[in-house]
Amino acid sequence: MDNYILELKNIMKLYNNGVVANKKVNFELKEGEIHAIVGENGAGKSTLMKILFGMEQPTSGEIFFKGKKTNIEGSDKAIEMGIGMVHQHFMLVPSFTIAQNMILGMEPKKGISIDYNKATDMIKDLIKVYNLKVDPNMKTEDLSVGMKQKVEILKALLRGAKILILDEPTAVLTPQETDELFVQLKKLKENGHTIIFISHKLREVKSICDRVTVIKKGLTMGTYNVSDMTEQEISNIMIGRDVVLKYDKRKNEKGEALLKVENLSYKGIEGNYILKDINFTLNRGNILGIAGIEGNGQRELISIITGNKKNYEGNVFLGEKSIQKLSIGEIKNYGMSYIPEDRMTDGVAKEAFIMENLIGNRYKSSELNNGLLFDMNKINKLSEELVSSYDVVCKDIEQKVESLSGGNIQKIVVARECSIDPEVLIAEQPTRGVDVGAAHFIHEEIIKLRDDKTAVLLVSADLNEAMELSDSLIVMFEGKIVAYFEDVKETDEEELGLYMLGIKRQSEEEIRRAIDEC
Amino acid sequence: MNVEKRFEIVRTFVAVTISLLIGFAIILFASDEPLSTLYYFIISPSTKMRYLGNVVELAIPLIFSGLATSILFQTGLFNLGSEGVFYFSGLLASIIGIKFSLSFIFHPILAILIGSLFGMIVMLLIGFFKAKWNASELVISLMFNSIFFGIGAYILNFYFRDPNVSGVYSFKMNESVFLNKIIPGTRIHTGLIIALLTVFLVYLFLYRTRWGYEIRMTGLNKRFGKYTGMNTTKVILIASILAGAIAGMGGAVEIIGMYDRFKWSALPGLGFDGALIAMLAKNKPKNVIFAALFLAYIRIGADLMARMTDIPSEMVYILQAIIILFISGKKFLEGYKEKSLLKEVKNNE
Repeated sequence: MDNYILELKNIMKLYNNGVVANKKVNFELKEGEIHAIVGENGAGKSTLMKILFGMEQPTSGEIFFKGKKTNIEGSDKAIEMGIGMVHQHFMLVPSFTIAQNMILGMEPKKGISIDYNKATDMIKDLIKVYNLKVDPNMKTEDLSVGMKQKVEILKALLRGAKILILDEPTAVLTPQETDELFVQLKKLKENGHTIIFISHKLREVKSICDRVTVIKKGLTMGTYNVSDMTEQEISNIMIGRDVVLKYDKRKNEKGEALLKVENLSYKGIEGNYILKDINFTLNRGNILGIAGIEGNGQRELISIITGNKKNYEGNVFLGEKSIQKLSIGEIKNYGMSYIPEDRMTDGVAKEAFIMENLIGNRYKSSELNNGLLFDMNKINKLSEELVSSYDVVCKDIEQKVESLSGGNIQKIVVARECSIDPEVLIAEQPTRGVDVGAAHFIHEEIIKLRDDKTAVLLVSADLNEAMELSDSLIVMFEGKIVAYFEDVKETDEEELGLYMLGIKRQSEEEIRRAIDEC
Repeated sequence: MNVEKRFEIVRTFVAVTISLLIGFAIILFASDEPLSTLYYFIISPSTKMRYLGNVVELAIPLIFSGLATSILFQTGLFNLGSEGVFYFSGLLASIIGIKFSLSFIFHPILAILIGSLFGMIVMLLIGFFKAKWNASELVISLMFNSIFFGIGAYILNFYFRDPNVSGVYSFKMNESVFLNKIIPGTRIHTGLIIALLTVFLVYLFLYRTRWGYEIRMTGLNKRFGKYTGMNTTKVILIASILAGAIAGMGGAVEIIGMYDRFKWSALPGLGFDGALIAMLAKNKPKNVIFAALFLAYIRIGADLMARMTDIPSEMVYILQAIIILFISGKKFLEGYKEKSLLKEVKNNE
């Protein structure tokens, strides 16, 4: 056998709510390499990482450490084995000094008090060895993001980590800090450390990693030597189409504008722009797709349109009305349906019955009420109808939603949102984590609505879906619209990939067409 | 029956069984005559009409407090303010009983209404702090309990204390305020009918109206409530007012149903019992009746046991603690649930 330090075989992880995050993951780590794990959000990267660090236990599958079969029961076990973790969101106490944070849980003692001198010495030694310049007596809250990350790395090293897991370490860093981090990572590698680098930024993977494992929809697509692959090739494996879906859409005349987004900008907590100058128009009978790797502002854009975020700059008009002063309920009453990205946290109350989830957007209607009381007959009848016409596989309508599979839960959301003949439908990753059959069904429902003159805004990180369903298409990258295609057939997957990864960008005039020509 | 329901029933049943078994074990070790002790604890409450009456009498306030707490828990509010409301509403009812003299039916109604009104105001305040500033309803409600007990003790001591009796008791209430006894040979009073009627109305409200739907959905998943466009502030306030009304009603009913003077020299504990009952009943109104009867039964059993044998009645608190531990421990029997869920997911696909 090879000298694998850590090996995962056929890992399957089923969460309590019935979501299968990892279907079959195989992963081999060689000692002394920088190994990238890439994949889209929701592909199962973070679950894999949690399993590696002992925060989650796999439902089935085997883990081998230095050739011996082991279980990683908890983070303490992982640390004992020499696995260290640098979280994306730092786990530091802001009011502590660097030294206090680093020794937390492993304080050197002098009698019953903590020996701070010894702690400082330990840390200084470590800093010298790895040449990471930090002052152990500084308060953590005064540190820059890059410094905090260094502290996290040192913290793991102080605990004797030989294998370091970095979860999207560059997501929060400036380009300069990223360069600095990479220098340090290379040094760590020279010192014999093994690094697992989780990311979806292929350029970075290309620049420092030795090997890369691609995960897609809970499956490992393969492990490759980075030097043998181009960014484009990796991207094709990561986001390329697997099953070719084809839909016969009849030609539809675009109707009037139902949703208008004008000069929309939105600032994040750190004051940086998450959305910048977004302009587009959504018309009746048209599906406008928003493609892009996740985390490029799509979520915030949808949050604003659905009334969940208010502190934005610019304007969003629903029909003629600005949504600035409208509550979520008022926006819904206008006739907006919304299939949220995260069905388990927003889309359903999972401990409630199927029936109760189905009436979420019409429980106040006079149809379902009989004076003060619900008309249970009508509610039951409606639920039965929806369950059968949307093909939800369940025992009865008084089953809790959480005991259904992901695809069926999504069908419940789709049934509820689509069956009221909305004016505008916002569909956010409508088929994420859903099996092919259910996805097909959901796609056809969305097309049906479009044919019935609903305006559909489709956000999808799945290129295949975005291209097959959309009439027009926008590509978002780093909070901006970088490409607009009036007819989705003007472009192809390869070209879109380049826009999505920020390698290519249309001119301002071409992008402006998104609002002018619509 | 689906996996979820079955799991909850199994879980409650196992928790109760384990705690009873531990109770038996304690009796076996601690008692010189374990068999007769067990008899008094388990069997004797059902041997006499009077004892059964005691069980039902005790269950009445427990139904009210269990119901109030269930509503709060269903909304996702961990509010234990029923305790203070129970005490103070009881005091207010007794003041109505002392100060007024009305024709027979209006007097108790007035007492109960005043009690309810007080409960509504208190819970509305707690709910307002929660909804407006996201203040911890647990902390505020516990502090309110102490505050109202302090104020109540002051009012009792300086304005309504009867100097002719030895304890810190109020003057005697006018008889017109008392609730009628309805079953001969027991002290079971019309409060039972009010309690059962309230259970039914709360059930209708929670499960058959749009406001109840909003309360339950917000409690199960606040983000889902927000997503469907519910005004979560309004939902929290409605649920709080309703729970307050019921807790206040409970305090008033208990005093005018069971006492001739106001005699609580400490917080009665009935409000806190509501939390235990709500947990046992899984916050379902009709289960509250059974949970209240169960708790009342083991309390009366423990009382009889303490009187007749060498085991003190405090033993029952060990059982309660164990039941709470198991039922509130989310991981208890989780493995069983996971397995059934896995089976169900696979079957459905």
